[in-house]
Amino acid sequence: MYGSETGFLARESLPELFSLLHVQGFDIVAPQIQDGSILYQVITGAEQLPSGWQDQQQPGSYRLTQTESPLNFSWANGPQALKPWLFAPREVIWRAEKQPDGRLQFCEPDAPDRKLAVLGVRSCDLAALKLQDAHFLNNRYHDPYYAARRKGLLIIAVNCSHPADTCFCVSTGDGPHAEQGFDLCLTELENGFLISSGSETGNDLYEKLPLTKATEKQLHNQLQQKLSASKQQRALPQIPVKQLLSERRDHPRWDDIAERCLACGNCTQVCPTCFCHKEGDLASLDASTSEHLREWDSCFSEGHGYMAGHQARPEIKDRYQQWMIHKLSSWHDQYGRSGCTGCGRCTTWCPAAIDFVEEVNLICGDES
Amino acid sequence: MTRAAPKPQCDSHPYLPMEAEVVEFTAESPSIFTLRLKLTDEQQNQLYSFQPGQFNMLYLHGVGEVAISIVSDPQDERLIDHTIRAVGRVTKGLQQLKPGDRLGLRGPYGRGWPMQECKGQDVIIVTGGLGCAPVVAVINYILMRRKKFGKLTIIQGVKHSDDLIWRERYDYWNTLPDTQVLIAADHGGAVWPFHHGRVTDLFSKSIVDPANAFAMLCGPEGLMQAASTGLIDLGLQPERVYLSMERNMQCAVGHCGHCQYGKDFICKDGPVFSYPEISDRLGVQGV
Ligand code: SF4
Ligand code: SF4
Ligand code: FES
Repeated sequence: MYGSETGFLARESLPELFSLLHVQGFDIVAPQIQDGSILYQVITGAEQLPSGWQDQQQPGSYRLTQTESPLNFSWANGPQALKPWLFAPREVIWRAEKQPDGRLQFCEPDAPDRKLAVLGVRSCDLAALKLQDAHFLNNRYHDPYYAARRKGLLIIAVNCSHPADTCFCVSTGDGPHAEQGFDLCLTELENGFLISSGSETGNDLYEKLPLTKATEKQLHNQLQQKLSASKQQRALPQIPVKQLLSERRDHPRWDDIAERCLACGNCTQVCPTCFCHKEGDLASLDASTSEHLREWDSCFSEGHGYMAGHQARPEIKDRYQQWMIHKLSSWHDQYGRSGCTGCGRCTTWCPAAIDFVEEVNLICGDES
Repeated sequence: MTRAAPKPQCDSHPYLPMEAEVVEFTAESPSIFTLRLKLTDEQQNQLYSFQPGQFNMLYLHGVGEVAISIVSDPQDERLIDHTIRAVGRVTKGLQQLKPGDRLGLRGPYGRGWPMQECKGQDVIIVTGGLGCAPVVAVINYILMRRKKFGKLTIIQGVKHSDDLIWRERYDYWNTLPDTQVLIAADHGGAVWPFHHGRVTDLFSKSIVDPANAFAMLCGPEGLMQAASTGLIDLGLQPERVYLSMERNMQCAVGHCGHCQYGKDFICKDGPVFSYPEISDRLGVQGV
């Protein structure tokens, strides 16, 4: 039975995990520092993991600083994590070929068959993954590209020890520690990692790792870490937001937001649960072949609500309402829970520093 | 009563079009035309079946896809008609097609009109705007099976009398037993024989029995909203008032998010909804 044990992997033994994964044919995706933020990229060895980095996040601001600490995961998150690895930001979904006799042939590209192990998946992103699964996989229609990537995915979660000021996963019930949906789950301690497994594949790895039995002290530290990471400044209101938001489309706060919102769509791009994408066609110069592509889109874009000669959401206010009401209200009806997992990215990466949580609280909070 | 959409055909790759051939091109007006299509693969052709009110995604090579309602009869010998208004890049391109030309087609998608539920009942059809394809499908369907339905009133609203297409068709329908066509134009020309004003003014003239009638609506949302409340006031049961909704559609399979209308994806939960299913949103700005 997997998941019942917790072992300890010394920091110097982390490369063992990398070798095991490589032997099984996995490429390893892990956090890297790039252009001043943390991004997930393919790396080849444990020594490439950044250490000592911490993030300071505020509405509209993201800053990284490096300390002497040996810790690899003492930060909360970066602008993207799992989503782009499964739901590609841009991809060809079919190709049309015009034959010399005028006939059209439609071909699908080969399904992606890469095995990816992602190291450092946060609890909020696991919750978001479940929502993307609900949308692309466990829906009436099945997305073949998402499905193929999902099949090759191995998840190594790392529990959050240092949530950012923008995080509110505790109030959405999605963090700070991962409870399920992973193959392996790590808690980073000073000298190494506590590990538990959450699947058979994970258990297989677990059994091959050079682990020692977790000590009482280590387990105590893990608990302490969870308690301190649970102290978050921000929280979604614990009231029926689903109902209130759609009932309060006339609340004056929406106008206030609309004055500040630039409709840039950053929030939807960084949000791990947003699934909107647009489709388009790219024909070769002689027009014989044409690729049909899809690309991430946003409900803030001009094209999102556009129909022949009519715009369903002409105002920024309409678009902000779509974003927030979809996320916190419609999602319940569509997929049985809120579409927000409390990662805080939409707030951090908003150039106008619009604070998602604060706005929800203002619109829904004044019950009296 | 919940009506589920029929099971999709091309389950394994929901995005991949099939090849279709233009069999016939009919110009209905300078900007409206009908394409009669046939799937070129015999097996796909055999398997293809749809319900009135469903739509297809048509693909013009190198240009793109567009959602178009199916207007032919489900029992037609494997020919699929689409009445299209040339307003965008794709539809203007489709207007240039000639018999023999090839294009892509995938579908049918969505949930159509409640044809089973309204058997034996009166039907009132209200449409606004030009060549409102989703209701053309239902009118044709009922007229081909005239005895299976009760009285039929067709109410068509147009902005200007010059906008009316299919005038002869309306005149002909009006001569059929238990069938009535009422037409309203906001601006009628000098010789306009029909009503000046709004479609809702005409409800009281309808021959249907409101207690035993189904309504099917299509057109601008404002018109459908006014018509829904007008018909309910007349005595129709709200859950027997059906509306065909329209939004930007790109994937047609509930993935791309563009057609969201509150909690519903119009492509898979609609395009046809009963009034109570959407009355909380109908006419609300920005939904
Ligand atoms: S809405 Fe904001 S906080 Fe919630 S999951 Fe999306 S980006 Fe994260
Ligand atoms: S409608 Fe907006 S909030 Fe909803 S998934 Fe699409 S981009 Fe995200
Ligand atoms: S058209 Fe893409 S979700 Fe409905």
